[in-house]
Order: sequence, then C-alpha cells, then structure tokens
Amino acid sequence: MANKPRVGIFDFTGCEGCELNQLNFEDQLLDILEHVEIVEWREAMDGRSEELDIAFVEGALSTPDCIKRIHEIRRKTKVLVALGACAVQGGINALKNIRPIEQVREEVYGQDKYLFPTLPALPLSAVVKVDVNVRGCPMTQLEFLKVFTALVMGKAPIEPGNSVCTECKLKDNECVYEKGMICLGPVTRAGCDAQCPTFGQYCTGCRGLVPEPNVEAMQEILVAHGLSMDDARKKLQLFNANQLEGVS
Amino acid sequence: MGTNLDIKVHHLTRVEGHGDIVVNMRDGVLEKARLEIVEAPRYFEAMLKGRNFHEAAIITSRICGICSLGHQMTSFKATEQALGLEVSEQTVLLRKLLVHGATIQSNVLHALFLAAPDFLKVGSVFPLVGTHPEVVLAALRMKRLANDIGEVVSGRAVHPISCVPGGFTQLPSAKSLAVLRERLEKQMLPDLVFAADVVATLAGEIPDFRRETEFISLRSDDDYALYDGDICSTDTGRVPDREYRRMSNEFVVPHSTSKHCKVNRSSYMVGALARWNNNHDRLCPEALGVAAKLGLKPDCHNPFMNTVAQVVESVHCCLDAMAILDRLLAAGIRDEVPNQDPTRHGTGIGATEVPRGILYHEYTYDRQGRITAANCIIPTGQNLANIDDDMVKLVPEVVDRGEAAIAHLLEMLVRAYDPCISCSVHMLDVKFTR
Ligand code: SF4
Ligand code: SF4
Repeated sequence: MANKPRVGIFDFTGCEGCELNQLNFEDQLLDILEHVEIVEWREAMDGRSEELDIAFVEGALSTPDCIKRIHEIRRKTKVLVALGACAVQGGINALKNIRPIEQVREEVYGQDKYLFPTLPALPLSAVVKVDVNVRGCPMTQLEFLKVFTALVMGKAPIEPGNSVCTECKLKDNECVYEKGMICLGPVTRAGCDAQCPTFGQYCTGCRGLVPEPNVEAMQEILVAHGLSMDDARKKLQLFNANQLEGVS
Repeated sequence: MGTNLDIKVHHLTRVEGHGDIVVNMRDGVLEKARLEIVEAPRYFEAMLKGRNFHEAAIITSRICGICSLGHQMTSFKATEQALGLEVSEQTVLLRKLLVHGATIQSNVLHALFLAAPDFLKVGSVFPLVGTHPEVVLAALRMKRLANDIGEVVSGRAVHPISCVPGGFTQLPSAKSLAVLRERLEKQMLPDLVFAADVVATLAGEIPDFRRETEFISLRSDDDYALYDGDICSTDTGRVPDREYRRMSNEFVVPHSTSKHCKVNRSSYMVGALARWNNNHDRLCPEALGVAAKLGLKPDCHNPFMNTVAQVVESVHCCLDAMAILDRLLAAGIRDEVPNQDPTRHGTGIGATEVPRGILYHEYTYDRQGRITAANCIIPTGQNLANIDDDMVKLVPEVVDRGEAAIAHLLEMLVRAYDPCISCSVHMLDVKFTR
C-alpha cells in the first residue's frame, strides 16, 4: 500500500499505561503495523515527524510545555485521538485541581516549590479540538481496536453514551451492591464491557460520567449504602474531579 | 587545547517518561554530565490526602502503568500493616505469582524491545520485525503470556482489578491456573532460553565500563526476594524495612523534577543488577546457568549489564512461578473474601522489589481509615544520582569518539537502567496539615 496512514503516538502527564496497552496487543501488533506507518513514538522509537494523519495522545496537560507541545501536535495532525482518562477528562491528575495549587506544590517540594512550573491538570479538549475519545484508565484494548479500525477505514468511530450498568446486566454479573459494596456503574459511561464488576470489583468511574448524569441521585445511593456525604463526593471525584468541580 | 563538548539529547527516546541528557566540556574539563528529568510532576500526595484505604492502591498504581502491579503490591503491604489486616497464604502466593508475571513482562519489554535495538544498531524494534522476526515473535509470545498471568489472576495486567487490600475480590479458577502452568513450561521457558541465546550473541556489544558503587535491594532467607524481605546493601548488609528512610535519603536537585537519593556513598544503584549482586545465591540452577552463559558474574559493577541481569532473573521468575502454581493447584483454590476489617490504625511500610528496583510506600491512616500522610520512594529516583556519577566517569573515558557517539553511548547507559521517569517524579513525602 502506497499511502498508509501516518501515525504518531504522544504522551503528556499520565502513567503511560495507555501507551503500554498499545504494546500489549501481542496478537494484533504485527497486523496493526501492516495497516499504518508509525512515524513518531518516543517511548518505542527514535525520530520525529512533520505531518500526521492520526495522532494518539495520552495524558493530561499540566505544564506550560505541555500546552506548547499539544498545539504543535494539533497543527500537524488530521485526526487527534485522546487516549485514556487523563487525556479525555484530566483523569486522576485532576484530583490535585481541587486543592489550592500553592499548598500542593509546597507539600511535595517544600521551599523548592517554584523550581518547576505547574498548571491545573487539563483534558486535551480544554486546549485544542479533540476528534475522538478512547476512554478508560487504562483505555481498553477492545475499544482501541474498534476506533483504530474505524479510523483506518476512514469512518467516524461511535462513542457509547449508556451506563456501565447496562453492560454489566447484559453480562449477568452479580451486582456488587448485593455483596455490600458500592459502585459508580450507574453514572459511568459504558464501553469497557463492565470489566471491574466482572472481576468482583466496584466501578471507579474511570471512563467519565454519562451525558447528563444524575450526580445527586448517585450520591444519595452511596450515602444510603453507608458512605458519609463527604466520602460519597470523594468517590465520585476520583476520575472526574474536573467535570464535577467545574475546573475545566 | 582540550576538547569541547556540547551534548543535549532532548526527550530521550525508548525510555518511559521524559528526560534530557546534558553534557558540557570546556577545554577538556567536564563541567556538566547528567540526566535532567523534565517530566511534569503530578503531585500524588494531593490526590491521596483524606482518601479511604480502598483507594490508596487505585491511586498510587496510576503513578506508572508499567509498574502498576508493583505499586499495588507495595501499597497493599503498607496499608495492611498500618490497619492490621492479615492476609492468607493463598493471597501471598497469588501475589508472588503476579509479581513474577510483571517482572518477566517488564524485563522482556526492556531487554528485547527497548535495549536490543541499540545492540543491533537500529532506532526501534520495528525494523527488527523484518530482520529478526523470530526474536520479535518470541518476545511478543513472552509478553503475552506474562500479561496473561496478570489477566487470569487479577483481571488486567495494567492497573490490575481484583487484587485489593486484604486479598482478592475474585479468585482464578484452578483450571485457568493449570493452563498457565502448562504454558509457562512449554512456551515461556524455551522462549526465555532462546532470548538468552540471542542476548549471548550480542554480548560483545555491551560496553566495557566499570564504576564501583553501592547496590541496594531486598534480601530474604528463603527465596530470591521480590515480594518481601529486609533491605540489603552491598556496603553495610541487612536492615529491617522500617529503616527505609535512612536507606534512601532523598534530596531535591534543581535539574530534576524527581528527587535524588544517596546512602553510604554519593550514589547507589537499585534494580536487577543490584538484586543479582545481593541475591545470586538464591537463584535456581537454570538461571545461574544462563548467567554463566551470558558472562554475568557476582559483584558486577558494569551498569550496562543490568539488561543481562534482567534476562537471568526472568528465567528464575518463570521457574518459581511454575513452583507456586504447583503449590496452589495441589492445595486447591480456597474460596475467600478479602479481609478488610481494620484492627488498628497508624503507620505502615511496604517494601517490594519491582522490575526497576526497590520500591517503598508508607502511609499513615486515621481512625476512619483515611490517609493523613504518605511517602513513596521510587526505584528510578534512587538510581538518578548513580546515573549522573556514571556519566561523569564515562564521558572522559570516551571523549575521543566525538559528540554523536558519546551521546549514543550515554543514551544506552540511561536505557540500561530501564528508567521509569513517570514514576520517579511522583514522589510523595508529605505531612498533611489541616
Ligand atoms: S488514563 Fe489511566 S492508564 Fe491511561 S495514562 Fe492516565 S492514569 Fe495511566
Ligand atoms: S455492579 Fe456496578 S455496574 Fe454492575 S450493575 Fe451493579 S452498580 Fe451497575
């Protein structure tokens, strides 16, 4: 094929778990490489590139340098894909946004707090246009493959809008509330195939809130299951602090 | 006139996280040779403050995807100690199995995908798909199987799901464990031996460099310590893990968003080579055989040999994982629920060997099981001072080779440590004040 899509993979503030998950397609990796040309990926190869058809971007934006780099990437890219909770919502990094930044810096670096510049952790969409979201922490491989296939075939990927509960019920899982646990499935976007409840763990909300979530009702359910109002709010903030507290 | 050098490798490739190499030499005098860590700090302590003990590992595992299992294990151990949560023998065995899987996965990824391209003189693993397909396929098979251990036992290899403080929310079936056991023996072992043979053919490419330093790792009486043990230094011997602060000593330097560490000298090294130097007598005969074949000897002070030590210990991890599976299968999987009823509160410490070296977590919990203080010391942070010291010795030794060759050699040096820069800048060392 003469014109395989040129792909770049980039990382900002995150744990690189989403990127790692791309190397974890042991069975499909070689097929993937047949269909695209990876021209820029710092974590796995040397070299830089000037023009890209697709950029997969992991991580939140949290320093002035991040903001500069995401602009450069946007400028040279046709389709920009946000990979994972950090890039889509700010993710777990956004927890720092709900506390005064001065205090946060002082706690880690003490009197050296001004050595390193920092900003609130922002989702990519707060700074540039994002064309496609692949959600989750880490992003699920199944969903990545779907999005990837759609993009290579020139189609627009579909983003699920229903809740994790709908997927969980389809799988006939025992609801973890039955075991005396709590769960954020009712307000969390589907697409992970209810991975955590399937392994007996509660949903932590990593995929972001459903469109028009009923946060109040969710909080009441959590309180009815023994959490304090404060703890209920904290549970919801874990991956969604920016959305809930209106930071971005 | 002496030599002038101006080297700046911006955003070093094929390492996890963002770092720059900077070297300046004026008239033959080395002014600067160091790794600058430019990764954005993430301020994990702000995320942990006031969080419930259920969430500690969920949050700290997001420090780093590659090391997520290691962070979880260390976090559980610290939480369980602080809250007085006893865990069953079955839980410990399953955790050790997970640690072996994660160690093999990380070591193989580093040795064959990130470091091998240097020895084969290419810029990434991708050209090797064409030139060395059998190596790439073996590496992919090993990674797959190592990840499958994580998936079978904990639901997911990156940010595992079902392991929680006190145990597991769901247990693997005996059948799925038996399949793993079979695959480890029939697939993983031969692939590892093959990988060792490949590395043996490249051994001549490993730079000959030596700088005496201190090595620190865990050590235990009965096994090659990964999940548990005392802290052991090649300079001063064994101490219990509660002395970890003295055995790591963090300090802030302006050229790095990650703190540096030192103990008995200006720097020390952690990781596979440190484990080898401290614990080679605890390795199984098969792993020792591979070490002999690869020319790895005790008291090795060549950091470039870290990659070789990773291959050697992977062989041990595979065989020990098989032995653990035999024990689990012989006893049968007992249906248990996680023990999450705290019997006390206060401070707990966890020390674990993760692929890149010794990792410490310390948490203090209040009566409600909420975090009031946290500290977390990361392997790569501990290695940074050692890397800088290596560079200062190495650069003058190779000064005649020209800037490009020196830069490349320094990149190889940094990569040999398999640094995990995301981890290293997410240090927590905080007393929360309200
Ligand atoms: S979304 Fe989760 S897995 Fe992905 S980079 Fe962020 S913390 Fe890591
Ligand atoms: S376990 Fe969670 S996701 Fe599943 S049905 Fe119950 S609340 Fe919904």
